[in-house]
Amino acid sequence: MLVASTWSFPLFLHIFGAMVLVGGLLVGAVALALGRSDDRVLRIGYRSLLLVALPGFVAMRVGAEWTASREGWHDVEDEPAWLGIGYITADAGALLLLVSLILGGIGLRRLRQGGGSGLLKATLALSLLMLAAYVVAIWAMGAKPT
Amino acid sequence: MSLTDWIVALHLLAAFALVAALILFWAVFLALASGGEAPALSGMARIGGIVIGIGVAGTLIFGIWLALAIDGYALWDGWIIAALVLWVVGTGAGDMAGRASREPGGLQRAMVLHGISSVAVLLVLVDMVWKPGA
Repeated sequence: MLVASTWSFPLFLHIFGAMVLVGGLLVGAVALALGRSDDRVLRIGYRSLLLVALPGFVAMRVGAEWTASREGWHDVEDEPAWLGIGYITADAGALLLLVSLILGGIGLRRLRQGGGSGLLKATLALSLLMLAAYVVAIWAMGAKPT
Repeated sequence: MSLTDWIVALHLLAAFALVAALILFWAVFLALASGGEAPALSGMARIGGIVIGIGVAGTLIFGIWLALAIDGYALWDGWIIAALVLWVVGTGAGDMAGRASREPGGLQRAMVLHGISSVAVLLVLVDMVWKPGA
């Protein structure tokens, strides 16, 4: 992680938030995939998206804006590719996370009446999609392609 | 893009895998503490074991590679030695947590050890961002 030579709390917040976000998505995806007939495990998957991935996303995004502001990235005319990839995945990821939380929440409610499995499968698919997108974003942040 | 750029990216991906697996094990331990065993939790732990293996190996191998490959960094730099010591503490405590969790009544001890492992990994992240003395 060749990112700074002095202490930068905004950068720490960005990276730590992103790690928590990915961790929350991993737990969500794994629990939703394995907990097919186990309500308790399905709830763990949803709660992980709501209580781990969502706060992680907020910390990651706040840290990103804070870091960009401090380092003058907002004033750059030709935005580097890695920064563009970061913004695209973050913005699209926010939408996907929001949709997955809504679908998952409705799915869990319907689970009590014996339904909701389709919505939870959709939440799982969105979680996997977000994980794949963030793997690309992490690669871009590390390798910094021009 | 140079080979070093790729190694940086792989090092970063491994670090993310390590933290994600730690969070996954927190979910498993908390679920075991609150509601007992379930087949799906064993499956989650198995996947967590694979991901943590990738994270542990990747951070160490690619981290040492970078320390050797990049001018201005050396394995004996204080912040790199600190990271290696914390990595040993974190992986050692994590390994002990895994063993404790499989012993009857060992869940509480496993969670304490997993907490130590998590704090060690958090301190590695602080060390990597700060790079004191670099």
